[in-house]
Amino acid sequence: MTDTTANASHFEAAHADAHHHDADHKPGFFARWFMSTNHKDIGTLYLIFAIVAGILGGLISGLMRLELAEPGIQYLQSWASTMGGSAATFDEGLHLWNVLITAHGLIMVFFMVMPAMIGGFGNWFVPIMIGAPDMAFPRMNNISFWLLPPSFLLLLGSAFVPGGAGDGAGVGWTVYPTLSTSGATGPAVDMAIFSLHMAGASSILGAINFITTIFNMRAPGMTLHKMPLFVWSILVTAFLLLLALPVLAGAITMLLTDRNFGTHFFDPAGGGDPLLYQHLFWFFGHPEVYIMILPGFGMVSQIIATFSRKPVFGYLGMAYAMVAIGVIGFVVWAHHMFAVGLDVNTKMYFTAATMVIAVPTGIKIFSWIATMWGGSLSFPTPMLWALGFIFMFTVGGVTGVVLANGGVDTYFHDTYYVVAHFHYVLSLGAVFSLFAGFYYWFGKMSGRQYNELLGQLHFWIFFIGVNILFFPMHFLGMENMQRRVPDYSDAFAHWNEVASIGYAVMGVGMIFFFVNVFWSMFAGKKAPANPWGEGATTLEWTLSSPPPFHQFETLPVIDDRGHH
Amino acid sequence: MNTLLKIMAAAAALGLAPAAASGQAPAPAPAATQPVPSATPAAPAPGGAAPTATPPGGAQPQDVSSPDVTAATPTDQQVAQSTAASQAVPEPGIGQPDGRMHLQDQFSPIGVEAAWFHNWILLPAITVISLFVLALLLWVIVRYRRSANPTPSRTTHNTLLEVVWTLVPVLILVLIAIPSIRLLANQYDPPRADLTIKAIGNQWYWEYEYPDHGVQLVSNVLSDEDARRRNEPRLLGVDQRVVVPVGATVKVLVTSNDVVHSWGIPAFWAKIDAVPGRVNETWFRADRPGLYYGQCFELCGARHAYMPIAVEVVSQAQFAAWVAANGGQMPGVRPAAAAPAAAGQPGITAGQSDPATPAPPAVTPGTTTPPVSNQGAPNTRQGGSH
Repeated sequence: MTDTTANASHFEAAHADAHHHDADHKPGFFARWFMSTNHKDIGTLYLIFAIVAGILGGLISGLMRLELAEPGIQYLQSWASTMGGSAATFDEGLHLWNVLITAHGLIMVFFMVMPAMIGGFGNWFVPIMIGAPDMAFPRMNNISFWLLPPSFLLLLGSAFVPGGAGDGAGVGWTVYPTLSTSGATGPAVDMAIFSLHMAGASSILGAINFITTIFNMRAPGMTLHKMPLFVWSILVTAFLLLLALPVLAGAITMLLTDRNFGTHFFDPAGGGDPLLYQHLFWFFGHPEVYIMILPGFGMVSQIIATFSRKPVFGYLGMAYAMVAIGVIGFVVWAHHMFAVGLDVNTKMYFTAATMVIAVPTGIKIFSWIATMWGGSLSFPTPMLWALGFIFMFTVGGVTGVVLANGGVDTYFHDTYYVVAHFHYVLSLGAVFSLFAGFYYWFGKMSGRQYNELLGQLHFWIFFIGVNILFFPMHFLGMENMQRRVPDYSDAFAHWNEVASIGYAVMGVGMIFFFVNVFWSMFAGKKAPANPWGEGATTLEWTLSSPPPFHQFETLPVIDDRGHH
Repeated sequence: MNTLLKIMAAAAALGLAPAAASGQAPAPAPAATQPVPSATPAAPAPGGAAPTATPPGGAQPQDVSSPDVTAATPTDQQVAQSTAASQAVPEPGIGQPDGRMHLQDQFSPIGVEAAWFHNWILLPAITVISLFVLALLLWVIVRYRRSANPTPSRTTHNTLLEVVWTLVPVLILVLIAIPSIRLLANQYDPPRADLTIKAIGNQWYWEYEYPDHGVQLVSNVLSDEDARRRNEPRLLGVDQRVVVPVGATVKVLVTSNDVVHSWGIPAFWAKIDAVPGRVNETWFRADRPGLYYGQCFELCGARHAYMPIAVEVVSQAQFAAWVAANGGQMPGVRPAAAAPAAAGQPGITAGQSDPATPAPPAVTPGTTTPPVSNQGAPNTRQGGSH
């Protein structure tokens, strides 16, 4: 796709004989999965972790949609009683709501999308795509992963210790003070902060690993401008992680000391400023949303090119559009804070800067379409997800342009319009690209091809479900239903009910996903090295499915056929 | 106890006539000027519960929103007949959601400008762009499917095309930016304020001060039961409404006593965070009498969904009467003149912590922008002066 076809015979021959034994020598179970230094095994661990976290985060959103299906509080109090082991008060029920929205946000961001995209697919395919035998720091790769389970357990455990009005951290994924400091007594928020610290450390280590790997371990002939776009996307993402996460770590450390050690960084009574936290948080938080979507851009680029049997259109433009998005992503953070009382010049700047992001994003959308233009398109499951991604991400993107206008955001700020917007770019954008990548590479990773019928059913039902789920939220937001509420004025009942029905449809779609995964894993037909034909030109398709335990012991040589 | 307090406060806010304020008046005085509460269900919103029978306690606003009257607005006549201010009734689709699929109607100049910008520039633009992308996708899917185009081209560049799809979006964004920046400039260039209100967020209610008038309110959400009884939308109705004169430029100073809240009235296109330790400022000018609801828009803890805002827009005369009835005085009026009125209504401030609200110490006539302080508000908590 990026004209980086390897001289396959050159190294396949090498694998075929003397090196075969070494290449496929696997350690015992414990050493292999708990002390792993193999990028593919670690990638698999990340994917399993992300699926587990995604199931939890998805079930939590199911609880939320159940409660929101009709006006009034129906379930929260009984759920809080079940969780707490004793009869819960009304306020404890409401606090549980805030715990649910917080957990849903943190789990989906830190424990589902990021581990799946960067840890999972990044680990699996970045080394292979650049012709490297493994990551630059294999042991650091292992600790990057193993920081996540304890981090996740801390977050889950926080739901069972006091956190203010009830058990758990009910402060929103943004953890704004002073709600998260003086407004939330008890250890729950501290546990959530520690959880974020560990997840952040994990990501920083991973980012260092990816940057080093991509800069130092490319095979001969694999210049930066020949790297597949997925590798470019992970490179840009790794830089965003490296620059953004330390800021988050600093901000939540200050929260921690404000909470426990008497500092007043964010406490106005001691001369601090709650808005300082918001600035720091969104200086991390806005790059974070690109961290969640850029690898998706990369995967969609690979998949569109593969199933169009045509190289990516405007490769350099595509690569540098991602770089531009990454750079601009660092200078637009205060558009999340249009309602905090910024002065007019600040708002004008952040309005203009935010809208600029639409330009490189538009370049990507049009380049994907131009890639397909003149191609010879086939539509297996990964291509459907990629096409769905392009359209749904466009819808989420244009509502972003609406929200970018500081004067208009006055109305939409903290309403369901924002919820609709970011679920279109994440739940229908990032998640679609994850499914696209999963189906695209499932055969490569597992050695068995997924079931096409189940995959297509999964796509269509999920596609219809999430649109029924999230599109009405635009209407709710236009009528100004505010975010993060368990109950709402009766006029909002209709569209909330529709949204909850959409959740159920989406849930049915997910059943097909899980059935497909299990069926394919055990009974799927054996995957060939390259099931996708001539369109699949990146290096992973030159290896067996699954690839040997150690690939590229003899480095591949990249043909100098590139002509960008 | 809480409920009792709310009912008492409601009585104070709604039935300002001394009779009502003295409590327990079984025959609400204001109702005398109104038609008999009709049995027509004037549900505040589709799906809302039908209003129940006339409640006790005189806390019932007149149930006049008969459906045959187009946009049951309080006519001037009705307004003039009322001696009390807080009698506006909720009107379906005005100042509150009604299940539609577009913006709430706007009743402030900024809101009208912004809604025009959204409805006539942004919404058409994003719709056209989305449909354009969809059309292109469908076209390539049909035209370049493998059976229709077995041999793919190898085209990977077209400089002209790439320049066009970079510059055209830039042009579109510039066209959007012009009205957008103008809207921002207008939002931050309010006319001279006629009235200043201070809104203070608390977990989980709003406190209001009228520093020029010496009025204070504590505004709590109505229970579902009370809301139904008073025919107000659930989770939007409050016991004590903010009252402002129609056509007046209202400066709103917003701060918080505990965590970050956000004070927003969608029908006025106004929203600003209430940040502890900081006094934020926004403004609106309501161009039509009526009742307009808002909510807290920033996650502030367990009862975030239960701290609504209600702004009642009334005539200047009604506003003056309301101020007087609440123990305050209009700026420029000598304290001596207002004293008897206030003294005659000892129970008027039921629901407030200090019935003997002191007259504002030194309201200079004509001063519409007092220094930011707790003027006239003996609030012992940290009030956010900055």
